[in-house]
Amino acid sequence: MNNDSSKLLEVENLRQHFPIRGGVMMKQIGAVKAVDGVSFDIETGETLGLVGESGCGKSTLGKALVRLLNPTGGRIRFKGHDITHMRQGRIRPLRQDFQMVFQDPAESLDARMAVGELVAEPLIIQGIGNRVSRQKRVAELLDRVGLPGNSAGKFPFEFSGGQRQRIGIARALALNPDLLVLDEPVSALDVSVQSQVMNLLLELQRDFEMSYLFIAHDLAVVKHMSDRIAVMYLGKIVELAPAEEIYRNPRHAYTKALLSAIPVPDPTAKRARVILEGDVPSPIHPPAGCAFGHRVGHERYEESVGQELPFEEVAPGHWVQKCPCCID
Amino acid sequence: MSTLLDIKGLVTSFDTDSGWVRAVDGISFSVEKGKTVGLVGESGCGKTVTAMSIIDLLPKPSGHVLEGEINFKGRDLCKVTGAEKRKIRGGEIGVIFQEPMAALNPVHRIGKQLVEILKLHEKMSSRAALQKAVQLLDAVGIPAPEERISSYPHELSGGMRQRVMIAIALACEPDLLIADEPTTALDVTVQAQILELIQSMQAKLGMAVLMITHDLGVIAQNCDEVVVMYAGRVVERAPVRELFAHPRHAYTKGLLNSIPRIESERKSELNTIPGQVASIQDFVSGCRFCQRIDRKNSVLLRQRPDYREIALGHWVETCPECFLA
Repeated sequence: MNNDSSKLLEVENLRQHFPIRGGVMMKQIGAVKAVDGVSFDIETGETLGLVGESGCGKSTLGKALVRLLNPTGGRIRFKGHDITHMRQGRIRPLRQDFQMVFQDPAESLDARMAVGELVAEPLIIQGIGNRVSRQKRVAELLDRVGLPGNSAGKFPFEFSGGQRQRIGIARALALNPDLLVLDEPVSALDVSVQSQVMNLLLELQRDFEMSYLFIAHDLAVVKHMSDRIAVMYLGKIVELAPAEEIYRNPRHAYTKALLSAIPVPDPTAKRARVILEGDVPSPIHPPAGCAFGHRVGHERYEESVGQELPFEEVAPGHWVQKCPCCID
Repeated sequence: MSTLLDIKGLVTSFDTDSGWVRAVDGISFSVEKGKTVGLVGESGCGKTVTAMSIIDLLPKPSGHVLEGEINFKGRDLCKVTGAEKRKIRGGEIGVIFQEPMAALNPVHRIGKQLVEILKLHEKMSSRAALQKAVQLLDAVGIPAPEERISSYPHELSGGMRQRVMIAIALACEPDLLIADEPTTALDVTVQAQILELIQSMQAKLGMAVLMITHDLGVIAQNCDEVVVMYAGRVVERAPVRELFAHPRHAYTKGLLNSIPRIESERKSELNTIPGQVASIQDFVSGCRFCQRIDRKNSVLLRQRPDYREIALGHWVETCPECFLA
């Protein structure tokens, strides 16, 4: 791959498998193929949205990217550094530039730490500043994410869900990262608070020229936040395209089904719905052919068995996993 | 058309360490036979407490219905006791809860949980009940119901578990189904399946549905009428098209405007509702939406706004600031 300077993150054929052990000797008897050969890149200042149903591997992918996991195979290049198998000690200085915001702020924030400590922690780990300068930076960050001035001395439980997510964002911002992996950052929030946090994220991105990987299952939210969108199904990206394009002109049957399933907040809208049968198959024993064709019992499914399904560019910037059953 | 459920001035309170708090503070609405009413609002607004008040499943001993009437088929459920209440709950009113894993008993096979309700309410023999249970599983779209009937809940996917919940709720062909966030824990594609199932069962049994949700998309596509709750009160209630086309309360309008839509411009600033819901101990007696957006008018904060019918079936809290002309 060429070393294009606008590419902040390049991911090539990334695989993240989790071993299943069993028997007396606890030998490996199988693997959960949570992420199974995924390639994409993220440019500077860009938001890539990642959608898919639960269990499709989107959170695992996010965690693998920031190296909270040890990838099984493939390659992650961040700012030209290959971080795929880098040891944690060497990765730590690089972590300044990529941070993660988790879905449930109630669980991801240590309940026994005051907000000031929580937000200062990344600075301490990276050995930045002294106590006074850190205090100043914390005050600045809390103000930036819209928390009241006296927040630093309080504890997470004293805040509402939306405010807690702001704490999580302040913490991720502390080191001025270039890339934020946002794992369902607004899913746990009520509608009126959700829009506040989305506005905040958009504003921060403009001001600090950050790139986002925005993981969510709400397609309207993802569309609003993203420049390009990747649709994931059972550990693989089945379609990747500019946001407008994927909604206007979806090519993969799964993307179409996903789009038609969104309940539209308009009582006069009458649409032809594609109601999908069945559930996402198990990533332990994925079907031999196209995973989606298998779910819907497509008549041409057999043709995809044993085939390597290529990921092809069908229009400029519009990539689709080609298979006989899911593409018209 | 006749009224199936008619709630008048319902007040539900909880006895907490910081005194009595009114989670539901004098609400009124009704559900017509065979219709779907959506109850929408943010977390903590009292939607679930309203539902639990109807079926008397409030956490005891702290929760109490203090005032008001819940008229169901001509009886006030607040006055019904013991055996009759149990007959109504599960028999004439079925319930689907948000989290099927928490609502189903994990140590019993799903067949047993279905048979239990049939034997209790319909006085069926074990054999007849088992047969009926298989039919029910089949009706809610569970493949191979004869085998599935001996599965434990953990052996099923989230969508399948919710189907089992629906089968149990519908076992006695209730007149009213209360669905408390039935699809919140599910993926969009499975959500579409479950909503479709509820609609088709509703058409088949002619039952009414009280659908509790925070998702305005679900409301728009499934309900005939909408009740919008805010901070323990109903701020607006109207037929669904009317409500989406002409919201008359500032909160309803704010809520509708703050949802991102597929057709809206990408990365544009979304409308927001300023502030956040006050905590329940701090609720003012006057207009609580004024409290949220920090209006300083002491009269509005003290005096509860009138709840008026401004057009046929369209009720609004008419706070002078929040009521939209």
